[in-house]
Amino acid sequence: MTSSLRFRAGLVSIVLLAAFLGIWHLATRSTAPVATMSPEYAKLMGLTATQGKSAMPGPLDVGAKLWEHLKRPFYDNGPNDKGLGIQLAYSIARVGTGYLLAVLVAIPLGFLIGMSPLLSKALDPFIQVLKPISPLAWMPLALYTIKDSSVSAIFVIFICSIWPMLLNTVFGVASVRKEWINVARTLEVGTIRRAFTVILPAAAPTILTGMRISIGIAWLVIVAAEMLVGGTGIGYFVWNEWNNLSITNVIIAILLIGIVGMLLDQILARFTRMVTFPE
Amino acid sequence: MSDKFISIEGIAKRYPGAAGATTTVFENLWLSMARGEFCCVIGHSGCGKTTVLNILAGLDAPTEGAVIVDGQAISGTSLDRAVIFQSHALLPWRTVLGNVAYAVSSKWRSWDRAKVKAHAQTFIDLVGLTGSEHKRPSELSGGMKQRVGIARALSITPKMMLMDEPFSALDALTRGTLQDEVRRICLETGQTAFMITHDVDEAIYLADKIFLMTNGPGAVLAEVVENPLPRDRGRTDLHRHPLYYALRNHIIDFLVTRSKTFAAETPDHDPRNVPVVRIGKPGLSIASSGEEQRQTWTPGTNPGLTA
Repeated sequence: MTSSLRFRAGLVSIVLLAAFLGIWHLATRSTAPVATMSPEYAKLMGLTATQGKSAMPGPLDVGAKLWEHLKRPFYDNGPNDKGLGIQLAYSIARVGTGYLLAVLVAIPLGFLIGMSPLLSKALDPFIQVLKPISPLAWMPLALYTIKDSSVSAIFVIFICSIWPMLLNTVFGVASVRKEWINVARTLEVGTIRRAFTVILPAAAPTILTGMRISIGIAWLVIVAAEMLVGGTGIGYFVWNEWNNLSITNVIIAILLIGIVGMLLDQILARFTRMVTFPE
Repeated sequence: MSDKFISIEGIAKRYPGAAGATTTVFENLWLSMARGEFCCVIGHSGCGKTTVLNILAGLDAPTEGAVIVDGQAISGTSLDRAVIFQSHALLPWRTVLGNVAYAVSSKWRSWDRAKVKAHAQTFIDLVGLTGSEHKRPSELSGGMKQRVGIARALSITPKMMLMDEPFSALDALTRGTLQDEVRRICLETGQTAFMITHDVDEAIYLADKIFLMTNGPGAVLAEVVENPLPRDRGRTDLHRHPLYYALRNHIIDFLVTRSKTFAAETPDHDPRNVPVVRIGKPGLSIASSGEEQRQTWTPGTNPGLTA
């Protein structure tokens, strides 16, 4: 029954995809009659003017272009012409660095706040004010103080991914079941050992959920950050191709951003499953 | 006194209430237990039984008074006093063996893994869970989980066991089996045990002494009932004992009526010298807890509380 449900769901997905591609194809094909004009003028005007072709690329154009990119993902023809693989690698590296730094800060700090009611109350106003700030609002300040656009982008990733992790760690640590703490207390387990053998495993599912939310936000923010700082990365690629008026490349980039985001989420989901325990 | 292994001396627990008032759960509570004794506390919810147990365990501190165990005032928890929790409180991410081994390695920190494992295994065998070592708590039934809790408590070879309604969440059949095992283990290892229960029959079967507490707030220890049944009592013929119903009726009478009215009817109740009730002794004996004598019964004597 389960496999049959899966099979039917897959079938519906394929039908929906085919319908979407079909409508897209029909909506963007050339319809108007060929205008009579001198061939040189026609060449200058392009197919949009001469054959009534939509400026929006069709699925076949995008597919062909995507195939071209996939064949050579890592070419490097100078600053404004790099393979999509290289651009994505830059973005993933920035997200990875900023995210890992955030993990290193948020989880120990969250542990401290979660275990200490005093720190929790004392730091709460700061967290409440800092949390809703758009990460991009930090960009000018980062650029001014760090004076390096690439590091600034990493800082923006750091600042945006720290909050969900911090808050989830605090919540997870603070809401460990009292009876588990009492077990450790009756066994005279020291604070450090208690933190690693009781609180960490008990809070791990909540912490991992925070990490999963964070990686999603980081991947959302990196595109915008790279549009601002420029130079390299998938966000810069999108903006550069917009300036080139290559809608085909923009669509390909959107598709790839979605796929990479999904993969990052799936990796964290797998980690979450590893630490989740049934009760 | 040598037989006062555990002595609770004038403890009180108060909580700050609304508008500066304080709620006193109980105050001036005195009780003592001898080494190897099995004691049950019976009282209605809210009389502070669990608080007394938590104070004994060191998980909670009394507002006033002190608890002396083996000649020393306690401060905080100790590996000498093991707790069996009502909700079993197993760590769900560890296996059965992992849960017991966690306690073992907490007590003997220098032991290597093989030694910890072997020690934990003996206690898993003791509670009859051989073969389930590598299961997680979620794969176990309620009774098996509580067995793991018992194995964990015993594995640290404590001087006393504290049990907070350990069997209340179990079905009657499992409860009976586990009561048998706890009784057997406590007799074999000479444990001093302190157990909270709502089940009068459980108290009669297990306890040497039964503490009756009045209703809270302002609960007091009303009576210490000595169990007249022989130490080698069996579950099957327990109710045939001539003093069984007298004992049972005495406790139930207390729970039904006297736990409410005790404070009003007994204004001269001295919490330091709680009356010891010995069922079946000719003429209800109310002796102070200082002069202890075991009552022996002879078959054929008139059962009943001769008061």
